[in-house]
Amino acid sequence: MSRAPSRLPAGGRIDRNQPVTFTLEGRQYSGYAGDTLASALLANGISLVARSFKYHRPRGFIAAGVEEPNGLFTLGTGGRTTPNVPGTTIELHAGLVAARQNGFPSIEFDLMAVNQWFAPVLGAGFYYKTFMGPRRGSWMFYEPFIRRAAGLGAGTYERDPDRYETAHAYTDVLVVGAGPAGLAAARAAGLAGARVLLVEQDFLAGGSLLSAPVDSGEAEWCAQVVAELARMPNVQVRLRTTAFGLYDGNTVGLVERRDALRPDPERGEAREVLTTARAGSIVLATGAYERPLVFGDNDRPGIVLAGAAETYANRYGVLLGRQAVVLTNNDRAWTSALALAAQGSAVTVVEQRQTVDASLLASAEAAKVAVMLGGRAKYALGGKHVEGVVVAAGSREVRLHCDLLCMSGGFAPVVHLSSHTGIKPLYRADIDAFVPGGHAATHASAGAANGTLDGWAAIIEGHDAGVRAVGGDAAAAVSSPALPAGPVHRYALQPVPVPELPPRGKAFIDFQGDVGLKDVHVAHQEGYVSVEHLKRYTTLGMGTDQGKTSNINAIGVMANLRSLSVPATGTTTFRPPFSPLTVGALAGRAVGHHFRPIRRSPLHDWHVANGATLIEAGPWLRAWFYSWAGSTAASAYIEEMKLVRCGVGIADVSSLGKIDVQGPDAAEFLNRVYVNGFAKLPVGKARYGVMLNDDATVLDDGTTARFGETRYFMTTTTAQAAEVMSHLEFLLQTAWPELNVAVTSLTDQWAGMSVAGPKAREALALALPGIDLADGTLPHMGVREVEFEGVPLRILRLSFSGELAYELYVPADYGIALWEHVLKAAEPLGIRPYGLEALASLRIEKGHAAGLELDHRTTLDDLGLGKMASREKAFVGRELRLRPELQAPERWSLVGIECLEDGARLRGGAILFAAGEPVKGHGRGYITSVTWSIELGKYIALGLYDGGLRHEGEEIVCAFPLKGEQVRARIVSPIFIDAKGERLHV
Amino acid sequence: MLRIPCPHCGERDYTEFRYAGDASKVRPKHGTDDVKTWHDFVFLFDNPKGPHREYWQHVLGCRQWLVLERNTATNEVMGAVLARTREAS
Repeated sequence: MSRAPSRLPAGGRIDRNQPVTFTLEGRQYSGYAGDTLASALLANGISLVARSFKYHRPRGFIAAGVEEPNGLFTLGTGGRTTPNVPGTTIELHAGLVAARQNGFPSIEFDLMAVNQWFAPVLGAGFYYKTFMGPRRGSWMFYEPFIRRAAGLGAGTYERDPDRYETAHAYTDVLVVGAGPAGLAAARAAGLAGARVLLVEQDFLAGGSLLSAPVDSGEAEWCAQVVAELARMPNVQVRLRTTAFGLYDGNTVGLVERRDALRPDPERGEAREVLTTARAGSIVLATGAYERPLVFGDNDRPGIVLAGAAETYANRYGVLLGRQAVVLTNNDRAWTSALALAAQGSAVTVVEQRQTVDASLLASAEAAKVAVMLGGRAKYALGGKHVEGVVVAAGSREVRLHCDLLCMSGGFAPVVHLSSHTGIKPLYRADIDAFVPGGHAATHASAGAANGTLDGWAAIIEGHDAGVRAVGGDAAAAVSSPALPAGPVHRYALQPVPVPELPPRGKAFIDFQGDVGLKDVHVAHQEGYVSVEHLKRYTTLGMGTDQGKTSNINAIGVMANLRSLSVPATGTTTFRPPFSPLTVGALAGRAVGHHFRPIRRSPLHDWHVANGATLIEAGPWLRAWFYSWAGSTAASAYIEEMKLVRCGVGIADVSSLGKIDVQGPDAAEFLNRVYVNGFAKLPVGKARYGVMLNDDATVLDDGTTARFGETRYFMTTTTAQAAEVMSHLEFLLQTAWPELNVAVTSLTDQWAGMSVAGPKAREALALALPGIDLADGTLPHMGVREVEFEGVPLRILRLSFSGELAYELYVPADYGIALWEHVLKAAEPLGIRPYGLEALASLRIEKGHAAGLELDHRTTLDDLGLGKMASREKAFVGRELRLRPELQAPERWSLVGIECLEDGARLRGGAILFAAGEPVKGHGRGYITSVTWSIELGKYIALGLYDGGLRHEGEEIVCAFPLKGEQVRARIVSPIFIDAKGERLHV
Repeated sequence: MLRIPCPHCGERDYTEFRYAGDASKVRPKHGTDDVKTWHDFVFLFDNPKGPHREYWQHVLGCRQWLVLERNTATNEVMGAVLARTREAS
């Protein structure tokens, strides 16, 4: 609904020499620098700005700040789309593109408004009650339709082209909020010499002072203090910056929204900056919200908070109505009424109290403001805009016509941040509001946020808080600021009586969630007694505004229904963020390939240049398969396996964890951490070992080689490298500090490669002539340290694939040189690189447990490795391994599985059942790893099965419900090839 | 955000650390062969409200294991010592 433009001819904190053009739903409008989107729209006569969440009722702005529940907009287009931003917080700037939300086909003409007529059935819990039947899954079917009909703005799936930054800040004193209390606190702390950070979510400093006329004493005071702060080099003022959370350790989350500065990502300018601020002490001067009144149809456009009408008039030069009614229970709203009268409105104050201070009546009379004492609103008149209000005064009912209806039920301190610490707010009867329930030693609240609403007490309290935040004599000596000139606004009120169901219309408590007084009654009748339950059942306070304007009214109603006091009813829990954050701000620069660190092998560049397809394996980017073997993994890995089984191949194993273990007690240390004996491992030999967690589950397996009396080289699996390192450090530093051992991670310092296949020895002989590789000199599990290009080269004869194999380790920078050297020297043997897929498949044929089997739930015995456990020494996990439950025969333990159906395949994750039993439930186990076996010519797998190899030879069914597959298979030994290990000892 | 005073590196964000649980219990001597003793050590924990000692490792710093004293009710950090020093004393 478009109304007459309402910009006043003069006044306000807008720059009339700077017109700003912006776009709403494709149409261009004009406002001024200093406007918000809300004030500019209202100035253009647009008061219908939203359709409500459930009933699609017409809604207008009720507030002028961050508490606005109705006027939410979708900003920007394409990847820059940001939904659900209150128009009252959007600083107008050239190029702004906005759209109203939740109207189909448009806000002005909304088909969904038929929901209003169904309102009687759309009450609390309606969706849960209605769409739960007729069968399970019904909700899944209905939900998308409901979500489309009821709702807020939609986000985007497009990539956001803007840049978001994260930053850190350290300060002695952090002041949140630049209203009268915050300005005074920052001034005091600044004069005392402390480093001060003052943050303000608005684009101007001043808070409530900005709503006073520009030529007032308040405005002058504000300008003076802001100028004083600007002169102090130790004080930093950050505007457009919201403190969204107060966390442990005096850490405060700040987000700066820079849209209005039109940041250019091409020039590296951030749209939003998320700052983690750490402060010595914190002053919370976050102000208060005005409390709406609850009466029939109190949501009509043109019904606003009294202070908001004052702000629009004095700050933005926008008069919301020519004929205004101000409903109030407190003195402060009289100031708002006078402000409207001063701008030319015909104003009637409907005051709930029977008597008020004589000075109020005198000033009203002087300003020709009509007054009705002892009056309360029953319901509003009008549809797309308010047309009047029916007021009860004593036994009379009076119909007042108006085009602006202001309401004020008092003020509710913004206690969000002080409550983030877990301290519940306290109810103060004299102001009928919740105030901070206490503070940590280094925190304080000041001003309206602390319930200090009378006169200039906020300034004095802010000053004192600033002094205390710094402490010491110098701070105590800082002089108080002069108080603003002009009239002092006293604050007195009579608590709002509990609202009754209106004779006409819907009385809303939570405008954004479309939760009415009746819904709270229904929830109460249905037995929801806790405010936390009430909130979730009715969705009260669960919108993007988190009930900033509704919580206090809801608590009052709930308390009354339960015949409890307001404090006994309590508040819901306040949690960060104070106002919605964008995902962009939270992500910062951690997007795309910066999302997490990528680890690359020292051989990475070679792989990329030589046809490797890469795959992510945990944080690592590894060579998956090479183009010489095929164009897809499915075909290439089989060629690569053949290469290793029949000739010789080379694979990059640099990602294995490598740990240097040194010290006189190193042998004893290893003997304690591995289940098998390491004390007698001779120099020049390596041994396969398994480590347990304290609870006897398997932590990791790997090989440790002894290169000297006190010098060992440990390898771990890729996945557990960091975990094992921490485990070793933990044991050395906390359990056995008496052991003289040092452990150092060498994972990044050494490149590793495996040369494997029947021709591996020949290949190494070609590459490293002059080194005796004979089986007698370097047998299986033998190790040797030689030189390559003047740097150490460690040769470990050990095998993951089951073939004759050598692992070679050189310092990382020499990795590619050695790799290329081996490839070139052994070229006559047909050596080729093989990738991760073949590496993993070869080990399945050999029955080596790896990451998928070592899931921190399997035990040594589950993996068939029980015989490794030494009987002659203690080791980590020894005792708890013997718990009867871990030795039970029906534990799921490692088996081999071979496929019995031609043309069918096994799949990782398939659920296993005994042949003939119904395929239902969790089964008797599952497949962990699968490969095509080139040696056996069929699919084989490793898995965990109830009772393990006691079922060897039995037939099973491998079910994969996601694809509707059931495949016959047989339990076999997990060692599919060369069970005696003859290939290793050649 | 919890701030942890590392005896080597100074006060740092807890995101540089890994947490490893209760440090108020004494690990059984290596070689203790009583299952019950190990069971109680590994699985039975108090869940105190108030001061609590716990292990943290400065994984992104000096890699030292610390014993941190923290109030579980308020998250106030009372101090930290090197685990190695504490165990030795």
